[in-house]
Amino acid sequence: MNTLIAIGSLGILVLLLEIFGARKTIIPVTIIGLLATLGISLGGFSTESGPASFFNNMIVEDKYSMGFSSLFILLTIFIVLMSADFYNKEQKKLPDYITVKLLLLFGGVAMVSFGNLATYFVGIEILSVSLYVLAASKPENIKSNEAGMKYFLMGAFASGFLLFGIALIYGATGSFDMEVIHQAGMSAGVEDWFYIGVAMVSVAMFFKIAAAPFHLWAPDVYQGSPTLTTALMSTLAKVIAIGGFYRLLNGMYGNFSDGFITTIIVVAILSMTIGNIMALRQDNVKRMLAYSGISHAGFMLMALLAIPNGAGNLLYYATAYALAGIAAFAVIIAVTKNKDDENIISFNGLGKKNPVMALTLTLALLSMAGIPILAGFFGKVFLFGQMLEMGYTTLVIIAVVNSIISLGYYFKLILAMYTKSSTEEMPATSSIYTVVAVIATIINLAIGLFPDFILTMMA
Amino acid sequence: MNVSLLLVILLAGALITYFSSEKLARQVALFVSLVAFVATGVLLSQFQSGVSVDVMAQWISKPNISFYLKADGLSLALTLLTTAVTPLVIFSSFGNSFQNKRTLYALILFMAFAMTGTFLAADGFLYYIFWELSLIPIYFIGLLWGNGDAELRKQTMIRFFIYTFAGSLFMLVAFIFLYQKAGSFLLEDLYALNLTSSEQFWVFLAFFLAYAIKIPIVPFHSWQADTYQSNPALGTMLLSGVMLKMALFSLIRWQIPIAPDAAAEYKNFFIVLSIIGVIYGSILALRQDNLKKLLAYSSLAHVGLIAAGTYTLTLDGFRGAVLQMLAHGFVIVGLFFAAEIIERRFGTQKISEMGGIRSQAVWFTSVFMILTVASVGLPGTFNFVGEFTLLYSLSQINIWYAIIGGTTIILGAFYMLRMFQHSMLGETNTKVFADINIQEKVVFVIIVAVLILFGLYPKCLNDLIVPALEETLKHIK
Repeated sequence: MNTLIAIGSLGILVLLLEIFGARKTIIPVTIIGLLATLGISLGGFSTESGPASFFNNMIVEDKYSMGFSSLFILLTIFIVLMSADFYNKEQKKLPDYITVKLLLLFGGVAMVSFGNLATYFVGIEILSVSLYVLAASKPENIKSNEAGMKYFLMGAFASGFLLFGIALIYGATGSFDMEVIHQAGMSAGVEDWFYIGVAMVSVAMFFKIAAAPFHLWAPDVYQGSPTLTTALMSTLAKVIAIGGFYRLLNGMYGNFSDGFITTIIVVAILSMTIGNIMALRQDNVKRMLAYSGISHAGFMLMALLAIPNGAGNLLYYATAYALAGIAAFAVIIAVTKNKDDENIISFNGLGKKNPVMALTLTLALLSMAGIPILAGFFGKVFLFGQMLEMGYTTLVIIAVVNSIISLGYYFKLILAMYTKSSTEEMPATSSIYTVVAVIATIINLAIGLFPDFILTMMA
Repeated sequence: MNVSLLLVILLAGALITYFSSEKLARQVALFVSLVAFVATGVLLSQFQSGVSVDVMAQWISKPNISFYLKADGLSLALTLLTTAVTPLVIFSSFGNSFQNKRTLYALILFMAFAMTGTFLAADGFLYYIFWELSLIPIYFIGLLWGNGDAELRKQTMIRFFIYTFAGSLFMLVAFIFLYQKAGSFLLEDLYALNLTSSEQFWVFLAFFLAYAIKIPIVPFHSWQADTYQSNPALGTMLLSGVMLKMALFSLIRWQIPIAPDAAAEYKNFFIVLSIIGVIYGSILALRQDNLKKLLAYSSLAHVGLIAAGTYTLTLDGFRGAVLQMLAHGFVIVGLFFAAEIIERRFGTQKISEMGGIRSQAVWFTSVFMILTVASVGLPGTFNFVGEFTLLYSLSQINIWYAIIGGTTIILGAFYMLRMFQHSMLGETNTKVFADINIQEKVVFVIIVAVLILFGLYPKCLNDLIVPALEETLKHIK
């Protein structure tokens, strides 16, 4: 609860600072505020004994919510750090952007600490509206407009599905409260439309995490949005959506029917396969990472099969994926700063021009590909191990094959950096991108060396 | 003192090299590798005097993964090979001029670190991590400092990477499966498992894919010749001298004792497959005009024989395999260095463009001759001990295996001596061939000394490895 209040107040504080003409202090204040919030959230692990509920169960805080909230806050810190330089041509709008990002975080935290479907819906709407705004935040750019519009139209549909699903669940159980819904979901006599409701909610969430075949918006929106927004979508927004989805299913529904399990498996397989195969053909780096994100969504969906024991592995995978994404995007923003597009050609010769950035991007991509000793490797191993334990051998084999395919496009970028030469000068950029990329990479390596830290969080 | 010190030296050395200056990188790397070699010697003497140098620490609690390094005769012998070959390789490259030396030598030390870790690790997961880590530096070494057309090299190296990476993922799946049975990745726990015969079969097969690609055993060898050819000399030396041995070593340490019944049941199949590799490699070597490729195919033949000997599941087979791993490690490094010297002077890898070196470079011709006959397995050299023991173990299973496998020596003598004849003898080449300098002499003298010393007195190595191999054999019975 403290986390939510802190984030909300921080957002308002940023607006107040602007009113009182202290624009220069916004970013430092936000960073300090978020660090303090991260402290509160992580501190909860040592003091909290069991779940705590607030406002008639509207909000329930437990280890799951605190673990994921901490991850979201960490990612927001990185994104806010990069905002200072990214928006330096639009200083006037900076407070708006920061506030929108804090509100987005607020929505995200609500989505992993809800005790009531109403909170969940409000959370996801705050998240989505913030994302629509950020996607379209370059009004003079036609592509950004297209991205915002596409995302809004598709997102509105998904929200409709979600709301309709929630209504059906309410119809079947007579309550929005997760406790009541859980009881009803576990009992045999629940009405049929409960399951229809669950299916519709799932469709909405598949859309939000960009799992195939609900992924069609992702490449265009990722490509068209300003790069920092793409970074936010592919890291923060994606892990929020998957974290919320897991909690939703975990909360209302204990024993899946075979049909539902099959659906998740099929969606997971489709996502990883389609994402990987399409990524192989891309020349635009943002688009490539969009498809790579689709395939990672497929991997993360596997954790849903392990409900109620998949939380630790999901958090680990999400952290590894998001940190690698942040590091990768920090480099991408720096490299493509004054370019019209993000073609892979821009990365030619980066290994010579800026070895530190090239190295961090390489490590980030290797982490996503699942090469030891980076965190992405452990994420995959833990997930695959759990799936094998549960007997999903075919799924694991397909996932392994997909991991091999993914090497193809990650290495395309690595090869461009090290083997091609370019006469173009590297644009002069703020050192903050290097700092963010290096810190994210160090955390990535650290959780690779000490995975216990995250895994035991959820235990 | 324990074996983790060795890993610390090599890893810290890689970092120091990376942050040293472009001028000093080479010397720093050489110094670090020599320190590692001395440290190996100290550890070895400690081990010989009965002091345990193992390391055991909890790393990840759930799943249960430990930082467990086990030093027995087997792993120490291979560690010694790694730390002895690394300074030789680094020193041998003093005659080359490379761009960006800091990164190159840091990668070499990092690779030595990963390979040493692979030999020492006795927790399956830790082992897997080291195994994979060793792949990354060699990929970049080949890609960035290799020879020939850049596009072609890129394809070759990515094929090598994906090939080996794909193979090892199956090994990872096997490890995860074993973990589910045993609740731990520790070598001892995995040995103690009682798997059904079908489970053993699948585990054996998954391991086999990873190792057959790395060794390589026909038909999984297609990456090898191109990769050797396009790597810079020091990359090829590390690959053929040490990295292949990781897989051969793993047969004895991991694959066979974990799935002993499957190994016993299908051993004839795998022996035959390995022997096919021997013949196949020899025949391909016969037809080669490219010196580096010829050495690659001869290597294919030699490691095929080692694999065949290992799959006999006898003490002699294991013993011969380990001895031959060490012998082959040294001789192939020497041969690739000789090829590199010719390439430095003549600028070609084609045997048909060489010739007439003997009259210009007496020293070089002499050491090259010794290396050639050692590679063929002439009595008195280390390789003779290895090959003879391997063939003897094969003859115990089936005399035909030994006879057919023995063709490696006959065919080997044929193509190696023909290669020697065409490249060294004949009329004086119009091009000038300067004799080897003092630095090159040092490398050759050390290698030749090792080959002859252990050829005459293999007992000390034998005494080191036999207890460990007997221990392993207990799990197979």
